[in-house]
Amino acid sequence: MSDTLSAARLDPADREALLDTATPIVIVGHVDHGKSTLIGRLLYDTDNLQDGKVQQIIESSKKRGLAVEWSFLLDSLQIERDQGVTVDSTRIPFRLGNRQFVIVDAPGHRQFLRNMITGAADAEAAVLVVDANEGAQEQTRRHAMLLRLIGIRHIIVLLNKADLLGFDEQKIRAVEKSVTDLLAQLDLTPSLFVPASARDGDNIASRSERSPWYTGPILTEALAAVPSGNTRAALPFRMPVQDVYRYDDVRYVAGRIERGVIREGDTVEIGTQGSKARVAKVARWHAADNKEAEAGESIALVLEPDVIPARGDMLFLPHQAPEKTARIRAHLFWLRQEPLRVGESFRLRLSTAEHQVTVASIDSVLRLDDLTEQQAQEVGPEGFAHVTLVAGEAIQFDQFSPGTSDGRGVLVDRNQRIVGGAPLLGPADLKDGHAIHPSAGEVDGAQRARSKGHKARVVWLTGLSGAGKSTIARLAEKKLFARGIDAFVLDGDTLRMGLCSDLGFTEADRHENVRRAAEVAKILTQAGQVVIVALISPLVADRALARKIIGEEFDEVFVDTSLATCEQRDSKGLYKAARDGKIENFTGISAPYEAPTKADLHIKADGTTAEENADALVTHILNVI
Amino acid sequence: MDHLDQLEAQSVFILREAYRKLKPLAMLWSLGKDSNVMVWLARKAFMGRVPFPVMHVDTEKKFPEMYAFRDEYTKKWNLDLLLGHCPPVEEMDPTLPPAARSAARKTAGLASMIEKNKLQGVIAGIRRDEQGTRAKERVFSPRGASHKWDIRNQPPEFWDQYATPHEEGMHIRVHPLLSWREIDIWRYIERENIPLVDLYFAKNGKRYRSLGDSDITFPVESNASTVAEVIAELETTKTSERAGRAMDHESEDAFERLRVAGYL
Repeated sequence: MSDTLSAARLDPADREALLDTATPIVIVGHVDHGKSTLIGRLLYDTDNLQDGKVQQIIESSKKRGLAVEWSFLLDSLQIERDQGVTVDSTRIPFRLGNRQFVIVDAPGHRQFLRNMITGAADAEAAVLVVDANEGAQEQTRRHAMLLRLIGIRHIIVLLNKADLLGFDEQKIRAVEKSVTDLLAQLDLTPSLFVPASARDGDNIASRSERSPWYTGPILTEALAAVPSGNTRAALPFRMPVQDVYRYDDVRYVAGRIERGVIREGDTVEIGTQGSKARVAKVARWHAADNKEAEAGESIALVLEPDVIPARGDMLFLPHQAPEKTARIRAHLFWLRQEPLRVGESFRLRLSTAEHQVTVASIDSVLRLDDLTEQQAQEVGPEGFAHVTLVAGEAIQFDQFSPGTSDGRGVLVDRNQRIVGGAPLLGPADLKDGHAIHPSAGEVDGAQRARSKGHKARVVWLTGLSGAGKSTIARLAEKKLFARGIDAFVLDGDTLRMGLCSDLGFTEADRHENVRRAAEVAKILTQAGQVVIVALISPLVADRALARKIIGEEFDEVFVDTSLATCEQRDSKGLYKAARDGKIENFTGISAPYEAPTKADLHIKADGTTAEENADALVTHILNVI
Repeated sequence: MDHLDQLEAQSVFILREAYRKLKPLAMLWSLGKDSNVMVWLARKAFMGRVPFPVMHVDTEKKFPEMYAFRDEYTKKWNLDLLLGHCPPVEEMDPTLPPAARSAARKTAGLASMIEKNKLQGVIAGIRRDEQGTRAKERVFSPRGASHKWDIRNQPPEFWDQYATPHEEGMHIRVHPLLSWREIDIWRYIERENIPLVDLYFAKNGKRYRSLGDSDITFPVESNASTVAEVIAELETTKTSERAGRAMDHESEDAFERLRVAGYL
């Protein structure tokens, strides 16, 4: 019982340790490789057990007729004791010299990976327990991969049960080599290997006499050498808005500073809109007045002007903007029982922000057996992958970086259940299509062609505005349909009303317009259709892109009507407006038209009727489908 | 930032998440040291206010000092106090040992308050270092319609992303003090000058280290009569905090059974 006041007072180092922030250390490894035993032993040997607990363990062990079982300390749940496994992560405060730690015990059972992540995600370092006799097993690889994805770089490998190898140097070095090779495949470099026996206490808190050849640090020395958390205050300022309160006519923008420093008087930019405001006050309750706040602090800002940011908006300094993109490359650890497939939509949570995202592609999946990246149609339960996520709006983020909260994406399903972790790696290049592997359909093109009675095809009509492309296309569509051919017209105006309504008429926008038309046409051919595209598509390069996107089932048709004829017709009044300078970048007037030199069909439309031209087009199409 | 600053900032973050995501929300106020710290942290989070009700589930067996404290600080802190009552012990699971059976009354009282107020969120002041099963808790711990804690099927919780209710009748237990240690609580009380019930301080060589119902809570031997002396005592003690709580020690699984059923 405590007679503390008469006991010796703590020395200054001890007091410092108690005041210190604990360094979280996660202990992982394959089931039965000895994690719980290690922790029990470590706590006992370093005098970190409360008296009551030791007594309980000893009594529990006796009751079951066992020798003292160190792992019982952690397996404090009845169900665990009955099964002899740890079902959930536990955090145990632990002190070593003048330093405070929190040990996170993570379970080794496959199905409990999510519990391990729960415990391990904030750890500063990891102890990977490997049975020296068995070597690395499936969960050793799985846990090591997870350590990488959650951003833990400092890894101590404990080669446990070394007594089973008689602490033989040669045998232990061989195990060390194989584990090093394995971790290297995951871009992980362990800082240390410690040969040990957790059960007997060798090289845990005291140096073993059984391994005289081993002169490196024992486990407690290795833990004491773990670097403490890096300072996030030196990085550019980020504060995701958590909530906005209004009390006594003052609006408080509440949040936690994730990195950097903010001072009263600073100007911050808010989210993706680009609006700015000045920090009028760094507000706190019942705290010393301080005009600045740094990473880690939960504060409230009073802004001027009195703007109302939304939850999830990132506050940053104007010249230090984060990445902004709607297509993101991400790593993924998948936690749902059902596999992930391309096309599934989720909410992406990123600190306090939430965005609707769709998995546009599964770029590769890690095969745990040999740690190689494979192409795959799906990501299985507890799988690891690279994916591309696409959002409806631009997402602001910083690339995932160990030791910070940057890029910590988490996917949740419609029921708000967490289904995966997605460290965000960077923007996905729109044109970088080679890594995308959409799921293959069960029905192929040949089957569709048999069913429809004709092949799919894109005929791409190019020509000046007013050349008659749409008229010819519509007539041909009608004639083909009458023959039982599933033809469909995609014309420029229709596309610009919807799919391309965000595009203007600059060269870049016209290029994008052509690209989208080509992509849509391609999808329609995959559905088995004959697609007649009627689009000015003035540049050779744009039409070449369309041909590249669509592939072999593509014909270029030049609707060749002279500028004079088009201008004379001017059915939409556009030429007049262009001549009057009311329309910029008008093809043929103020923007170039590059006529095709090797069109698959050349329709000379001056002096011929639309009907005749449509017949020529139909004849051509019937020859190619 | 020192250690207490970090704990405070994390708890404030958690409370703000709860207030934003869980409606209606209420905080359990047991009148003990931890729940006073929790009320204080809420005032930190919301600029001096507690913008949701505080609930006292009254077993009617608390110490008289605790009732006096409750009435005084409800006024001083401008709290919206909800009082809950507990059914008689005869209605509790007869297979539980006596003290646990008595403690189960509180679980039943809490359950009826949650149902009556249709609460989505209940903030509770448990800590990992108090007891083995509490060490397994999540910061946001989902409870099904029966209020049971499904320890074998807890959601993943990482990178500050927390579970939210997704089914009718579910609620979330929010634990803003989960990472605090007993000594952190006392140091924070000292730093912030947070008022406490006198029972925590020694009289005649005894003090209460943990407060529960008067009939199943026992004092420990101590001469610590001020906050500073309590801290000095805790710096060297190896006795566990809940040593004076009878229900924890009746059988090795009694406390776990209580928690699975919805006890704090």
